[in-house]
Amino acid sequence: MRHDPPPPLPGTTSPLERPRFLPAGTGALVVEFGAQVDESTSEAVLALDRAVAGAAIDGVIELVPTYRSLLVHFDPAVIRAAALRQKLEALVAHSGATPREDRLWTIPVCYGGACGEDLEAVAKLHKLDPEEVVAIHAASPFRVYMIGFAPGFAYLGGLDPRLHTSRRVEPRLRTPARSVSIGGAQSALNPPFELPSGWHLLGQTPVHLWDARREGSAEIGPSLLLPGDRVRLRPVEPEEYRDLCARAEAGDPVARLQTQPKATEETPA
Amino acid sequence: MSADAAPLTPGLLVVEPGLGTSLQDLGRRHYQRFGISESGALDAPSLRLANALVGNASGVAALEITLSGPVIDIQAERVRLALVGADFPITLNGHELRSGRSFEARRGDRLVIGLARSGARAYLAVAGGFALEPTLGSLSTHSRSRLGGLDGGYLKAGDVLPLTPGAAGEGPQLALPALPATPAETLRVVLGPQDDFFTEAGIETFLNARYQVSPRADRMGYQFEGPVIAHAKGFNIVSDGIVNGSIQVPGNGQPIVLLADRQTTGGYPKIATVIEADLPILAQLRPGESIGFTAVTADEAEEIVLEARAALEARVAGLVEVGAARRPPAIRALLEADLTAGLALV
Repeated sequence: MRHDPPPPLPGTTSPLERPRFLPAGTGALVVEFGAQVDESTSEAVLALDRAVAGAAIDGVIELVPTYRSLLVHFDPAVIRAAALRQKLEALVAHSGATPREDRLWTIPVCYGGACGEDLEAVAKLHKLDPEEVVAIHAASPFRVYMIGFAPGFAYLGGLDPRLHTSRRVEPRLRTPARSVSIGGAQSALNPPFELPSGWHLLGQTPVHLWDARREGSAEIGPSLLLPGDRVRLRPVEPEEYRDLCARAEAGDPVARLQTQPKATEETPA
Repeated sequence: MSADAAPLTPGLLVVEPGLGTSLQDLGRRHYQRFGISESGALDAPSLRLANALVGNASGVAALEITLSGPVIDIQAERVRLALVGADFPITLNGHELRSGRSFEARRGDRLVIGLARSGARAYLAVAGGFALEPTLGSLSTHSRSRLGGLDGGYLKAGDVLPLTPGAAGEGPQLALPALPATPAETLRVVLGPQDDFFTEAGIETFLNARYQVSPRADRMGYQFEGPVIAHAKGFNIVSDGIVNGSIQVPGNGQPIVLLADRQTTGGYPKIATVIEADLPILAQLRPGESIGFTAVTADEAEEIVLEARAALEARVAGLVEVGAARRPPAIRALLEADLTAGLALV
């Protein structure tokens, strides 16, 4: 009744070699590429995500890419799990060839003060000046690993190790909308809702990570960020922040997007 | 209608909202990858049956009523309604009605749905459904992210739910032949996807003990209390996707079954998943009630689910006509004749 043995430890194998197929009840399969947070695992997940979407398999309802796995929702009345698994295995073997765009976002953040009430405490903990924390955080080469937890909520990897900070002992039941926070080795950008959080609040962005008004728009969807996007943060002063907030309220994304085709590791067969 | 008189928009006026009444359909699909919770009726078969009783397609949004029902004034010329699910007392202008059959109501009528005598949730469907714009393809309410329904929340006193004008239509009143009540002893589960995060003894405990529904049981999930389930290698995983029925076990060893309003991703290991066919049983459990968990294989679960869906289709096909559209006291006379007792044997 128990499932396959866990894969070898990270580093001993490529994440693409042998994903595990795990059942999630009836109507969902997990394709797990590993148990670690790293870029190659994430790329393998996203490549399969694109390949499955492109294959348009009858009975597949939706796909949820995460750090290290792809959750495939399906209707067992249309396709049985065993048949779906076979199709997914075939797609895993070829998914590395799927091209994608490289997207780099520049996102303004107002750090400290009323925008980030934990900045001072985080600086103290790491024996840094608040200004140094801001500089280190904003210079971190962030990558979006997953959208989850709440509409448009972005989990970012790539936090500079000098700022790795274990979570708060007492989570807050409400944190300000559009908070920018750190927890463990990750950072997060919150959508424009108050949310519970156990992470440390460094700042706020004027950007609406989720905006239903963008539904149907070609370049930027309701969720501004997508897994695989790269993110650079740009510190802004409170005055500019307030101005950007007003523009964001009016529907301006106030985030800058640069795109270029990304070279793939393999050439398509 | 004279040109100067504004037409009255037909609607249902919420006089009292009840404990947790929200609009739900079969859920918001295709957006979980953006962090949007699925939502939807916790007891989807009851929603489908309520819709069938009023001639609606199975996925039309209805009111999900929880433990204590609403008081509703009818603001429409005539409308057909039906309540299916837990055993709630229901009256129209003080006349007692039965759930599981359609009835007609007219402008000025007052519908009162009381306290559930058993079970937890029922669905009030209205012929033609509600005249509301879906959000991201669904009318399901997700109160935490303020999506769907009237304004993203549970119903409040004074809300008016607009109906499609003239949608009640002509049609027979239908009844759902009762099934013999067979209280479920266990919920069937498929182990995984993270059963390897638990010791063999931990899985034994999970499958052999009984667990009590705690007061922390809502549309997001049911927290259970019972013997501690032992983890094998900690209780933090790298966050991954969560489905309807996922059973996560945090550090305290107590299982939480995640439901329609769950977050899309989570970081606790998931020992098993309740199969689709048994989610309606869970939706009807009340705090303080107990249940166990039984493992079935993924293949067995698929067979069970397909059979359960076929059985539901058969129930929809087996609705019986109980006369032309009438309203109390005519319906009351029918109830006193106790037609369903005989029909249930058909």
